[in-house]
Amino acid sequence: MLSIKEYQTVTSISGPLMMVEMVDQAKYGHIVDIELRDGSIRHGQILQVENDKVLVQVFEGTSGIDVEKSTVRFLAKPLELAVSPEILGRVFNGLGQPKDDGPAIIPEKRLDINGQPINPYARNYPNEFIQTGISTIDGLNPLVRGQKLPIFSGAGLPHDQITAQIARQATVLGHGEQFAVVFAAMGITFEAAQFFINDLHETGAIERSVMFVNLANDPAIERIATPRFALACAEYLAFEQDMHVLVILNDMTNYCEALREISAARKEVPGRRGYPGYLYTDLATIYERSGRIKGKDGSITMVPVLTMPEDDKTHPVPDLTGYITEGQIILSRSLHRKAVSPPVDVLPSLSRLKDKGIGEGKTREDHADLYNQLYAGYARGKEAQELATIMGEAALSAEDKKYMTFANEFEKRYISQGYYENRSVEDTLNLGWELLSMFDDSELKRIDVELIKKYMPRFRKNSKAN
Amino acid sequence: MSETRQGRVVKVAGPVVIADGMTGARMYDVVRVGKLNLIGEIVELNGDLASIQVYEETVGIGPGEPVVDTEEPLSVELGPGLIESIYDGIQRPLDSLVEAEGEFMSRGSAMPGLNREKRWLFKPTIENGAEVSVGDIVGEVKEGPLLVHKIMVPFGVSGKVENLKEGEYTVVETIGVVKAADGNETKLKLMQKWPVRNSRAVINRLAPNQLLLTGQRVIDTFFPIAKGGTACVPGPFGTGKTVVQHQLAKWVDADVVVYVGCGERGNEMTGVLTEFPELRDPRSGEPLMKRSVLIANTSNMPVAAREASVYTGITIAEYFRDMGYVVALMADSTSRWAEAMREISTRLEEMPAEEGYPAYLGARIAAFYERAGRVDCCGKPKREGALSIIGAVSPPGGDLSDSVVQATLHVVKVFWSLMAKLAQQRHFPAIDWLTSYSFYKQYLPNCFKDKAQAEKMTALTVEAMGLLEQESQLLEIVRLVGAEALSPADRVALETSRTIREDYLHQNAFHKVDTYTSMEKQFEMLETIMYFHRQSLAAIDKGVSTNDIFKLTVREEIARAKYIPQEEIEKIVKIRETIDEQITKCKS
Repeated sequence: MLSIKEYQTVTSISGPLMMVEMVDQAKYGHIVDIELRDGSIRHGQILQVENDKVLVQVFEGTSGIDVEKSTVRFLAKPLELAVSPEILGRVFNGLGQPKDDGPAIIPEKRLDINGQPINPYARNYPNEFIQTGISTIDGLNPLVRGQKLPIFSGAGLPHDQITAQIARQATVLGHGEQFAVVFAAMGITFEAAQFFINDLHETGAIERSVMFVNLANDPAIERIATPRFALACAEYLAFEQDMHVLVILNDMTNYCEALREISAARKEVPGRRGYPGYLYTDLATIYERSGRIKGKDGSITMVPVLTMPEDDKTHPVPDLTGYITEGQIILSRSLHRKAVSPPVDVLPSLSRLKDKGIGEGKTREDHADLYNQLYAGYARGKEAQELATIMGEAALSAEDKKYMTFANEFEKRYISQGYYENRSVEDTLNLGWELLSMFDDSELKRIDVELIKKYMPRFRKNSKAN
Repeated sequence: MSETRQGRVVKVAGPVVIADGMTGARMYDVVRVGKLNLIGEIVELNGDLASIQVYEETVGIGPGEPVVDTEEPLSVELGPGLIESIYDGIQRPLDSLVEAEGEFMSRGSAMPGLNREKRWLFKPTIENGAEVSVGDIVGEVKEGPLLVHKIMVPFGVSGKVENLKEGEYTVVETIGVVKAADGNETKLKLMQKWPVRNSRAVINRLAPNQLLLTGQRVIDTFFPIAKGGTACVPGPFGTGKTVVQHQLAKWVDADVVVYVGCGERGNEMTGVLTEFPELRDPRSGEPLMKRSVLIANTSNMPVAAREASVYTGITIAEYFRDMGYVVALMADSTSRWAEAMREISTRLEEMPAEEGYPAYLGARIAAFYERAGRVDCCGKPKREGALSIIGAVSPPGGDLSDSVVQATLHVVKVFWSLMAKLAQQRHFPAIDWLTSYSFYKQYLPNCFKDKAQAEKMTALTVEAMGLLEQESQLLEIVRLVGAEALSPADRVALETSRTIREDYLHQNAFHKVDTYTSMEKQFEMLETIMYFHRQSLAAIDKGVSTNDIFKLTVREEIARAKYIPQEEIEKIVKIRETIDEQITKCKS
């Protein structure tokens, strides 16, 4: 039935696209192999079929393909990834082919890399706190299992260090379950990828990692498939092997650019900044694959990284990402300049799922009130900082000055911790109290009176003793 | 009966499939596409070619595969069993699909919207032999503890009722017969069908006159929505659109809530599913789920079904309205719906208008919101129903000049503008008080039994809003010349508006008491804040320094008034006595 058919009827090639005619029984979304005159093989996917005409996108680019002598083989299946438990520790290229010296995977099964959407009814609400050891995340924007929390970065900001730190330090309190990292590199430099791989080697985490690497000089169109390979792999590990999988996608901006290239080649009506109108839907089919499922032990937690062109949050890529993901961690250039590391811009960062993952029995009862108060205090302090730059510090009221001092201390001690300090959530919370102890109890409006009574005295004494 | 019409696929491009051999098919007929039996809808006809938007992923479909016309428009099943259900965009029950097909959505499944096996106890409310016509209530089914499901005569049916019997029926069994004058008989069933793209008929449309209370202070006090009104919530991501929608779905004083998750996050729908059965309705004490219908077409589910999901939702909402209920529909987010329209339009190669959206975007949005309203329902007994629509809009980059926002603002009467700046200060709900508006403010007095109190509340809201306006100007001055330049009265005004912002408008959705505030409590809280303001002004006239007033401990009590439970509401009234005591002490 599934006979493989060969054709030599390529009629036109333009950009990454190729038109093949007189094809029988082609199906939308299936893949093809293209044999060139010299015998080398390229890979492609069917984007459109109309009667006997088939439009194919070529992953490796079309240079060197000719109209006359190329042979197109229709493989009558969608893009698939061969999986088995041996997949752990392996490195693949952006099209899911082994890139390390290891043997080919003997498939336990083959998965369609597009997967299927999770039925919303089958989802389990993410509510298990993941300790990353980073105060700005644990204390203010907690990450939970099954969440998708992107890092919005910019050119020259240290997102690689932060993702590496998260991958290195992430643990769930009081659990000793199986943990895996799936890393998809899309168009990043060799240096950035190598940094990450070395970091995993040093901590021994490489054995429970799977990598899909498409570097900056690899074919751009291949990037469209790379995150899907990574997620098919993650779904297998999470929902069939009961592992807790952390997926890092770096860098989604490159992915979107590849998508734009295809869209332009197809002469589609462009949306904002030339990106296709379906960018939202396309990104959603990637991001929404994270989550937990009722009755399954594993989970997929996703940390996509994207660089905002000109640090512009309203650029289509971060904008649409923000609408799909459950919050965002934004990096700040000005904090980075002040040598605050990691330079997390606390105010616009957000974790939407924090409320279910914290509190008594998960982190500590005072967690929610505490971060609300820290936020409010820091927001006010930032305003005072700005005011001081306009009018000079002398013009500030005593109260504004106090808030400004608080903001400065907060940046120096709470946000800044370096990439190798692993703070427990307990330490992070206590540090929050310590910083707030410069205010009177009555100023801490966001915290329940009982909690202030319970926790504050310890820290006030300390500060007086100092 | 002619043979079922069958065509052939000739082209596949994403969610759009073109088939030939479709002569005689009608626009918006539902078709089954390919060997996988995918569900689709005809959106364009050209000779014998039909363009079909397919509600499921089309990978693996190719030319030559069959396309079968069902000769029916996209319809929903209406009847007992809707409440507590969770559907996808074309009314397939997601809970049953998990049982039947597993955790991931598979393709081509055709599961009916209403359970065919479940039996419902039906009680007739009219006698056999009575003359009935469209919309008449013939009997009732108790659906859960909160809702009496009225069984109505379907559209196009009238005559004499016969054989109507009390008993337990499934939704497809005959409960009675209607014999028309010409002898034609129509079997009555608990279930009826309605094509989603048509609005259900009504006798009269009425202007709204009652507020739909939400328990959210900034909304009820300053920017209320009416029963039968329309509202929109635009805002950039992270400003809490969804939290606002969830809060309304939880606390709104409607009989039925239809929540449409249109192209949004899967985990959010799971959040609703886990929370609603646990939360209690403040009036009846029953779980909120017992009055809710959920529609979840998350962002990764097929885009064409997303386009259909808002229509599925509104048709179900209209059906409950026709029973004489107050219904609220939340659509989160209408931008995703518009994007789905855009995607289909692009694939149909239509000429785009602004930002690639189709030229009919504005008309579609207006027609959707126009399905809201307070109405005289069809049929006997005479009854009034209301349907309110609250739509979230997600403009790119939070830019309110976006086509979807503008098209929406043309038609809605309430505008809750969410500001990124407020959200960053963790001021929630981040509804900006200076730019939001509501045309339903005039009905605020109707919420109070006591007329004097009603007038007082109206005066209070005007006074408080005046202060907030004044604050924005004063802050401008402070920024230029410093706080010292302000007169004592201005300083009091500044402090009071801060109190209004932080202690009244700010509301914690996750605090068990603060999440919902009754109208009565809203009045007492605002009255207390403004009372303190007036007393402070009087005191500084007598020469008391502003610093002494700002140091009063009663201010903390005012700040914490929101955490006082409804049962202890006198405690808020008592704060006003403390204000008197402390201010008097200041003066001496």
